[in-house]
Amino acid sequence: MVAQLDTVDSPERRKLLGIWETAPGLYGWLASVDHKTIGIRYLCTAFFFLVIGGIEALVMRAQLAQPDLKLLSPDAYNQLFSMHGTTMMFLYALPMLSGFSNYLWPLMLGSRDMAFPRLNALSYWVFLLAGVFLYVSFPMGQAPNGGWFAYVPNTNLQYDPGINMDVFSLGLIFLGISTVVGSANFIVTLLRCRAPGMSVNRLPIIVWGTFTASAANLLAVPAVSLACAMLWLDRRYGTHFFDVPGGGQPLLWQHLFWIFGHPWVYALVLPAMGIVSDALPVFCRRPLVGYTLVAISTVATMILGFGVWVHHMFATGLPVMSLSFFSAASFVIAVPSAVAVFCWIATIWTGKLQFKTPFLFFAGFVMLFVIGGVSGFMTASVALDWQLTDSYFVVAHLHYVLLGINVFPVIGGIYFWFPKMTGRMLDERLGRWTFWTMFVGFNVAFFPMHITGLMGMPRRVYTYPAEMGVGWLNLISSLGALIFAVGVLLFLVNIVKGLRSGEPAGNNPWDAPTLEWSTTSPPPVYNFATIPQVASRHPLWESRLKESEERSVIGDKASDGMVLDKGKETIGVTPLDAEPNVVLKMPGDSILPFLLALGMAVLFFGLLSQAVWLMVTGVLCEIAILIVWLTPKPHPADEEVEVYE
Amino acid sequence: MSEVARSEVLPVGGSDTVSTAWWGMVCLIATEGILFVYLIFSYAYLGTQQSGPWPPSGPPSLKLAAPNTVILIASSFVLGWGVRSFKRTRNQRSLLMALVATILLGLIFLTIQGFEWAEKPFVFSTNAYSSAFFILTGVHMAHVAVGVLILLMLLVWTLAGRFEQSHHEHLPLGALYWHFVDVVWLAVFTTAYLVPQFT
Repeated sequence: MVAQLDTVDSPERRKLLGIWETAPGLYGWLASVDHKTIGIRYLCTAFFFLVIGGIEALVMRAQLAQPDLKLLSPDAYNQLFSMHGTTMMFLYALPMLSGFSNYLWPLMLGSRDMAFPRLNALSYWVFLLAGVFLYVSFPMGQAPNGGWFAYVPNTNLQYDPGINMDVFSLGLIFLGISTVVGSANFIVTLLRCRAPGMSVNRLPIIVWGTFTASAANLLAVPAVSLACAMLWLDRRYGTHFFDVPGGGQPLLWQHLFWIFGHPWVYALVLPAMGIVSDALPVFCRRPLVGYTLVAISTVATMILGFGVWVHHMFATGLPVMSLSFFSAASFVIAVPSAVAVFCWIATIWTGKLQFKTPFLFFAGFVMLFVIGGVSGFMTASVALDWQLTDSYFVVAHLHYVLLGINVFPVIGGIYFWFPKMTGRMLDERLGRWTFWTMFVGFNVAFFPMHITGLMGMPRRVYTYPAEMGVGWLNLISSLGALIFAVGVLLFLVNIVKGLRSGEPAGNNPWDAPTLEWSTTSPPPVYNFATIPQVASRHPLWESRLKESEERSVIGDKASDGMVLDKGKETIGVTPLDAEPNVVLKMPGDSILPFLLALGMAVLFFGLLSQAVWLMVTGVLCEIAILIVWLTPKPHPADEEVEVYE
Repeated sequence: MSEVARSEVLPVGGSDTVSTAWWGMVCLIATEGILFVYLIFSYAYLGTQQSGPWPPSGPPSLKLAAPNTVILIASSFVLGWGVRSFKRTRNQRSLLMALVATILLGLIFLTIQGFEWAEKPFVFSTNAYSSAFFILTGVHMAHVAVGVLILLMLLVWTLAGRFEQSHHEHLPLGALYWHFVDVVWLAVFTTAYLVPQFT
């Protein structure tokens, strides 16, 4: 039972708007804690970094288009591939998915905001400032230049004396704060901020994906933060964690980095796979096949993902026993991924297909995932990996995986949810052009790299001699990269066009089943006039699917659900069954997150310049702001609400 | 299902596991806890890959570290008693006493650990062992310092009467963090002080 939401201008709604609305002007802009605003900021900022990283890639592809070109110096090339990798892995891939989750979670879960709205704002501001920090030495020609995994001893002070790697190591610690804060927020939001009845077996898969990724991040990010702290201490304070003469171990860096790095790779794909699991079935006009299997495989992938890090280190001379274990684990991890793939294929197979733009991106994703998965499966074999590692084969594999499983679902997801975010549709014809240009460009660029690698071209070299015979393959790859870039450009054109003159979307343009489509497009700042009551996995398809007699209630009237208008508040529920057990007072606009992030930036610039006064200033600011932030405020002990059974 | 509605009184914010803040604190403790796992892993990895003795300067003296451990663990019990008795009786006096005592014990721990550091025949940059030892104990000391700061704010807020009418969920959360810092010390102490005595 979904009430018609044509009574948008009721007194009840005006009251809620008064309570929830962000202040106007610059202050409101800096102080907003609305998850939808923050989500869109995440999406835009991450996309901006995607474009920057893409331009870096294009410059590199120009340099590699022919043998022996001198467009870039070796040093400039080192900085470009390092910043390309760092940007894409850290500043694009995860923040982009955080953007989706930030925007969608409360809408999908039937809540009015995330569990910690101010932490949400903090994680965005820290992400933005850490991104700026990582680029601060770029204009000086001193950007990080040790690759995105920054292996020692190459990055020791002795071999890399500039500030390049200091920026990298401190920048990653800085960014790690954003990731951990955001992850904790997602975890608590899932456990506590859901509509009554939104039990764990009714969660959209993107929620499963982001929750799993967040739990992993919470446990994985400290490894890289520690490694980076050690690298910085080795470089600037003469410690000996990684240098052999002092008794240090270069392999310690690789262990710590990949203990983080491999779970991270799964954190970059699981939420994106969730986007597909939720949105693909809409265009197949049926529920996802094997919901439970996909949810379990999501969690299983992540758990196994913590036991495969050594497959990045097969060529480092570890004992055979260790190699065998990690090789086996790396084979096994293909199983849950394959389960998900077969579920998507079955959904497409048994559905009534609508070939809309998002569908094209999601179906394309399935194919790219299979190719990237198979090449990954190949490198799980120690013997084959010794041949392939550090060659262009690996470059091909990781781009199939990261563009295939992250970028394609992300672009498809934007086509899918853009109408919800803006109230306007994107152009369908241009959308198809976008997809085919990107799809063709991507495969032309990256498929030949498998062969380039097999022919022996190592990754991360700024040029190659003509006698290697890979010039023509590289030319094809460079042309493909250009075509792909045109596809991204078409997408941007479509966004601008959609914002300006897109057709009005209405609440539910795709006739999708989940809660976010029950509100207006764009949703009101308070999301739902009354807290929805959820009775199934597909609240908006219940009368069609007829799975049970129960119906979800999403409506405007006080009799439809909790109104919660005695201040800015939402409902908190028990973690598993989603039974209401607490009224949560939500914070209003707050400048504190922005200030806290600024204070952190002061601290990190202090560390970078080793200026003690700047570090001390930063720390003191942080302490002062945190004290204000955490000071207990008087509030009523309890409140009467209407509970529906 | 909407037909049957009934009024129910729910807590606002709630305390302990009903509040969201408690879950947030658990997340913080999880991520900090795993940081110590990685620190201990690094220490152990460097130790096992060493060709010479580990620690190179012989096992560390327990003269200061052992009594210091007792001090830190005792502080946890004092704080636990204070918070529990405040929850039960709302008696501010025992809470204030417990907070002051815990802060003092924490500061004593930091001071003794400072002397312990000063006695070492090596510095941060001497070798891999000294680097690993100081980063492990140093990160822990930083956590103790943050814990003392938290307790200090709890003391200030208690004195200011902030916990009288409103909720006092800040108290058990601060205490939880302090207990975490103390439990972690047991792992750090075992790794850096006890194990080398037997190897």
